[in-house]
Amino acid sequence: MSTIATSSAASMPHEHAHEEHHENNTVFGFWLYLMTDCLLFASFFATYAVLFMNTAGGVSGKDIFELNFVAVETAALLLSSITFGFAMICAHRQNKSGALAWLAVTWALGACFIGMEVYEFHHLIEHGNGPQQSAFLTAFFSLVGLHGLHVTAGLIWMTIMFIEVTRRGLGEQTVTRLSCLSLFWHFLDIVWICVFTVVYLMGAM
Amino acid sequence: MSLLGKLSIEAVPYHEPIIMVTLAVVAVVGVVIAMLITKHKQWGTLWFDWITSVDHKRLGIMYIVLAMIMLLRGFADAIMMRTQLAMATNGAPGYLPPEHYDQIFTAHGVIMIIFMAMPFMIGLMNIILPLQIGARDVAFPFLNNLSFWLTAGGAILVNVSLGLGEFAKTGWVAYPPLAGLEFSPGVGVDYYIWALQISGLGTLLTAVNFLVTVFKMRAPGMKLMQMPIFTWTCTWANILIAASFPILTAVLAMLTLDRYMDFHFFTNEAGGNSMMYINLFWAWGHPEVYILVLPAFGIFSEVISTFTAKRLFGYKSMVYASGAIAILGFIVWLHHFFTMGSSANVNAFFGIMTMVIAVPTGVKLFNWLFTMYRGRLILSVPVLWTLGFMVTFTIGGMTGVLLAIPGADYVLHNSLFLIAHFHNTIIGGAVFGYLAGFAFWFPKAMGFKLDEKTGKAAFWCWQIGFLLAFMPLYVLGFLGMTRRLNHTDNPDWNIWLYIAAFGAFVIAIGIFFQLLQLFVSFKNKEKLNDTTGDPWNGHTLEWSTASPPQFYNFAKIPHIKDIDAWTDMKERGESYQRPENYAPIHMPKNTSAGVFMSMSFTLMGFALIWHIWWLAVVGLVAGIGVFIKRCYTSDVDYYVQVDEVERVEATHLSANTVGGRS
Repeated sequence: MSTIATSSAASMPHEHAHEEHHENNTVFGFWLYLMTDCLLFASFFATYAVLFMNTAGGVSGKDIFELNFVAVETAALLLSSITFGFAMICAHRQNKSGALAWLAVTWALGACFIGMEVYEFHHLIEHGNGPQQSAFLTAFFSLVGLHGLHVTAGLIWMTIMFIEVTRRGLGEQTVTRLSCLSLFWHFLDIVWICVFTVVYLMGAM
Repeated sequence: MSLLGKLSIEAVPYHEPIIMVTLAVVAVVGVVIAMLITKHKQWGTLWFDWITSVDHKRLGIMYIVLAMIMLLRGFADAIMMRTQLAMATNGAPGYLPPEHYDQIFTAHGVIMIIFMAMPFMIGLMNIILPLQIGARDVAFPFLNNLSFWLTAGGAILVNVSLGLGEFAKTGWVAYPPLAGLEFSPGVGVDYYIWALQISGLGTLLTAVNFLVTVFKMRAPGMKLMQMPIFTWTCTWANILIAASFPILTAVLAMLTLDRYMDFHFFTNEAGGNSMMYINLFWAWGHPEVYILVLPAFGIFSEVISTFTAKRLFGYKSMVYASGAIAILGFIVWLHHFFTMGSSANVNAFFGIMTMVIAVPTGVKLFNWLFTMYRGRLILSVPVLWTLGFMVTFTIGGMTGVLLAIPGADYVLHNSLFLIAHFHNTIIGGAVFGYLAGFAFWFPKAMGFKLDEKTGKAAFWCWQIGFLLAFMPLYVLGFLGMTRRLNHTDNPDWNIWLYIAAFGAFVIAIGIFFQLLQLFVSFKNKEKLNDTTGDPWNGHTLEWSTASPPQFYNFAKIPHIKDIDAWTDMKERGESYQRPENYAPIHMPKNTSAGVFMSMSFTLMGFALIWHIWWLAVVGLVAGIGVFIKRCYTSDVDYYVQVDEVERVEATHLSANTVGGRS
């Protein structure tokens, strides 16, 4: 948005309070959006809390959650947060190849997470425990699936950012966008910790 | 599975003469407008200066145009309902069969709240808020354009439902299980869902946009507690939007999953819990009414302080009272369903919290009264709306406190008493406020004042019509008439139903006068011209600009020292001063990305309503594709050069020095 603004601002002397705040505004605005996203998750959590006992004679969390499997899944996602942190450190140091490498690692870990989640869903549906079976399964699939959709969107966004960094390097605008993606990714991590605790741990106990 | 999903020629309701005549009229009007645009060669202007505009002032005007069109549609629904109920007494069937009548009351509610009141409020906020805080635009101008078109996309879907298929027959709240697939198998609820989802996304983005604008882009020197009161009330409303609209998104997504994929959130079987829908819906829905009314409170404050030529009494208490209302508004949602059967303690908590809201609202009313006290109130049109509001809204507030008593609510729940109450607050509170703001800021947005005589006639018709239309509903509520009845056979109710219908026609005359007012004012715009930019001797920064404002708002951003910044500048002799030198101004370029993105998502919504899956994918991919393309477009801004700034400013300054005013 401001690549041309910065280049023309450099060639023209005038007040550019507008541009100075610009990147700052973007991150703040994105953070605000994440707070609204947080409320979206909160609504799904609340619904899960209301519905999780309504198993309609079918399976409950105890019957279907495999904590070891989910632990590996969780580890992959948490690790991806750290590696994204490394990517951001590299980005701020203008280390393009480092940033790209860590982004690739993050992407791979995120893809592992999504792959495992898809496997879990497929496995459940195959054994007749799809979301149509009971209000508990409806709430479970929706909450976990909502998070999964977010992670998938994050992976698509990361792919695009990977191309952007490769082509354009680490300009101010690109780093801002990476910062937003980083916020998004860490946010999804925090949400997952809640999912892991409320859904899986409390469900399997 | 056909290529067009559930869509076929059968979807056109050609056996319903009322709908077909309406569609014909809409088509004729549309063709006439298109011909006029062609004749005057205005398609280019329309596209380049309006549809693709990222200017907050133009977007604001477009929001208000949308709101006014939807007001006409929503009001047509209202008058049909009132005439139906006046005709369908003593067991007569009336002229609207139940399946049509049910769509009308649902459409009326959805349109008036989501597509009339919300765009009106957001339109006024768009035009005025950046000007009041001394900003050149909002934080994200492209996003602002996108938000408008998402809102318009939702409105388009609601109106398409008139000619293709049906609208929901569930009431504007669409409670399951009635709104579930089992009892509403048609496309009506799907229209409802996707219209609200698409426009809701637009509203959410607006809130984020204006929050960033207010927190990051105030003119230097302006502290938070120096923001004009309208800006403050809008900010509280935006906080409420950001905190409540995601809940609506969530609950509609759940209803979608129930309807499309056989999930069991709210179904009767397999452990679904329909009360969860009602809880979530009102956790959004109650804050929503404060989203509507808080900015209106801000407008009344501006109007009263301007037309008494006094500083607003109790500015700080006004800000805190708005905040209290915003926060309390989040812990009262259960009063919409006391009859759900929660324990007495739960009902008591929500009942008391509801009553407590009357306290900050009372603070506001007294602040307005004290502002008027010993002032010289000029009885202009905006002031009339404000005084009308103060009486009408107080009645609505008191009946609200009455309904807040759970025991009383058990008797009055879903009766016409409730209908009278919320129309009392939403029309008497929010709509009167927007109409006051419309008359107040019209010269700022358009460059000429509105005709006073027709404006006053409109007000009196609205005010008297309102009382005639809604006071009888309180009586009918006490007499036991419930809402959403298609016909009645209780002779005791008849007279009140007749009076209410008569009142609706008086309001219709009021709306006619408003249209006449616009017509007369446009015709006499030379005479009503506002050359100064400050026709009411205003207090806040928007009046320091020209009317209509320069497209960059401020050539030089002022330094703020007072709440009433413009009054302060006028008193210190700093108004209309030519700065020593101008600097080039950085501005965003217009873009068509917003309208293309939103139309893609609207197409997706339409496809999902009719189960045309391939088209839904096309819409989604196209929408995201346009967005990504926009992200990698670098030609998005430009600089207004000094000579142009000088030229524009000279016109404004000379109008205020040579023009006789200093």
